[in-house]
Amino acid sequence: MSFNEGRQKNFQSPNSFYLFVTRPFAFTGRTVITWINSIGAATIFLILALLKTFHPKQFQKVIQQIYYIGARSTTIIMLVSLFTGMVLGLQSYHALVQFGAQGSLGTLVSLSLIRELGPVLTAIMITARAGSAITAEIGVQRISEQIDALETMRIDPFRYLVTPRITAAIISFPLLTTVFDLIGIIGGYISSVALMGLNAGVYAHSIQSYVDMEDLTNGFVKSVVFAVIVATVCCYQGYFVHMREDSKGAKAVGLATTSAVVISCVLILVSDYVVTSLLMV
Amino acid sequence: MNTPLIEFKNITKRFGEQTVLDRVNLKIYEGEVTTIIGLSGSGKSVLLKHIIGLLKPDEGTILLRGKPIHDMKKTELTEAMSKISYMFQSNALFGSMTVYENIALPLQENTSLKKNEIHKRVMARIEQTELIEAARKYPSELSGGMQKRAALARALITDPHVVLFDEPTTGQDPVRKNAILSMIAQYQKKFNFTAVMVSHEIPDVYFISNRILALYDKTIVFEGTPEELGNFNHPFNDEVIRSLEGLQKELTGLYSRRQFKVLHHTQLQSRKTDNGYCILVMNLSDMDKIYSYLGYDKAQETIHSMGIYIDKHFGAIGGFSTRRKSNEIVTVLPFSNMEETQNILNEFIEDFQKGEISDIWVDAQNQAPAHQCIDFSIKVGMAEGKPFDEIESVIHFAKSHQKEIGRLRCAVKE
Repeated sequence: MSFNEGRQKNFQSPNSFYLFVTRPFAFTGRTVITWINSIGAATIFLILALLKTFHPKQFQKVIQQIYYIGARSTTIIMLVSLFTGMVLGLQSYHALVQFGAQGSLGTLVSLSLIRELGPVLTAIMITARAGSAITAEIGVQRISEQIDALETMRIDPFRYLVTPRITAAIISFPLLTTVFDLIGIIGGYISSVALMGLNAGVYAHSIQSYVDMEDLTNGFVKSVVFAVIVATVCCYQGYFVHMREDSKGAKAVGLATTSAVVISCVLILVSDYVVTSLLMV
Repeated sequence: MNTPLIEFKNITKRFGEQTVLDRVNLKIYEGEVTTIIGLSGSGKSVLLKHIIGLLKPDEGTILLRGKPIHDMKKTELTEAMSKISYMFQSNALFGSMTVYENIALPLQENTSLKKNEIHKRVMARIEQTELIEAARKYPSELSGGMQKRAALARALITDPHVVLFDEPTTGQDPVRKNAILSMIAQYQKKFNFTAVMVSHEIPDVYFISNRILALYDKTIVFEGTPEELGNFNHPFNDEVIRSLEGLQKELTGLYSRRQFKVLHHTQLQSRKTDNGYCILVMNLSDMDKIYSYLGYDKAQETIHSMGIYIDKHFGAIGGFSTRRKSNEIVTVLPFSNMEETQNILNEFIEDFQKGEISDIWVDAQNQAPAHQCIDFSIKVGMAEGKPFDEIESVIHFAKSHQKEIGRLRCAVKE
């Protein structure tokens, strides 16, 4: 029986036809419901974690996590931001010089970095470096019963594992974004002033004239939003790795880590648009 | 009997469509060692996780000191649960923390004790569990037995009233298995906690357990003493106990108590003649010294070695032996008289003293403190019985006439 014959035969049964028509809708519905459930669960997860922020024994753990998420990401953030700034300066210089507007290069580089590229690229880089590690670490602790062990010792796993990471992310993201912005602007300076011969005073003056406090504040608001998203998604994926239906054990940890990075990156870009729209109102 | 410390009433647990526990009823009494036995995958760990609250039952009630836990206030339940510790089958030690940090964690997180006090308590537990050299090591750098001890030290650091052991001997060789069980028994006596253990180490768990619960076909089919389990007439006995006992015989050369009784019946009580037989009751004394200076592993190695030598000498002339206590072995020689038994016993003791035990003794001497002498002695009692005599009375007679037949003496170290 050929494929078409088989399909025609299937269509003869009203039940099969009904299923053929409704299946895409059912699939879409299920996916949407799953997504809504996950968003709801992750929101509750975040609230529960934040409620435990001010526990007396949290300070040391938060400092430790700031070191892992923040301090140890500094080098990679500096490297990425330097080349981002340099390439931005280089490309923009060639574009602006055609209109004789190279005097605005400093403004273009700094506003691009402070408003968009700084928060977004910092968040993506931390997701890749620290976010994946958070998911893998919590995931391994889950599958090796270490989280159960915490519960049996009456240590709240949320307070012990999740809260310090979310708090540390909220503190680290804006700080690293600042580093990214600063080094990026220096990168732009190197490519446009040192390499292409733009006047240094013009570059600096255009930054000073057009960048105001609101730009910086908006960039920080975004970085805090991204911090909450990345830390929540990464902790959530690791914490509930045992409930994955697609796999179990070490494979589940691997898939959870991939999911955490992909979901975080997508949500960073989606939320970037939403936050930008809200801030422009 | 007193109100049970923990009681399950018609507990049912399902995972999806699969029922793992079906109307389970059980009682656990304070101060006792209760062991839940059953085949792998029969739901023993699931049952244990209900006690500590890691899993919630779909149906039924769990009572703590007669009070249903679902009627307890949150603070009351937290208070009750804080007295229960759990030792995981996989140990669940934190891989990124040292042994010291793992053991200190419950005190650091749950108490307001000062750093010095925490250090004092942690070091005390580390010493008691013979982990001093491993204190600064990570779990991945330790042997399986040491990891078990670290997990036990962590479970005991909060001075719990109840300790739940989920298959504490998994993945250990026969000697280490017995070493861990002895360690649990010793600590249970020392710290006086209630122990609930999941295991399928039959008959070894009988020596340390006050009560046995048998989980079979999703429910508890037996509750009672290890002795009562021998007379339990149920498919559980055929399918579970016998298969596990067969494995023990292969590993140690000793029969289980049930098998011993069967052999006694078939070889002696069904005899048509009135010919007598001999019984030997052997004890390795000074076990406490062996535990203190050599540790649990070496102590069990000694007993294990003794079992193998007994089987080697007495098994060759038709003898069969069983372990009645952790350091006591009873041997029946169905075809030998007292004179013949005495001759074989002399050969046995000479061989045993020259063999493995002398190495163990040398180790003990090296590890003993200066000016302290450690002697190991073996006591043996012999008795002659008739086929229709009660075996217990013959054993009792032999035991009451025990004499020291071998001693590894030492010189006081300067």
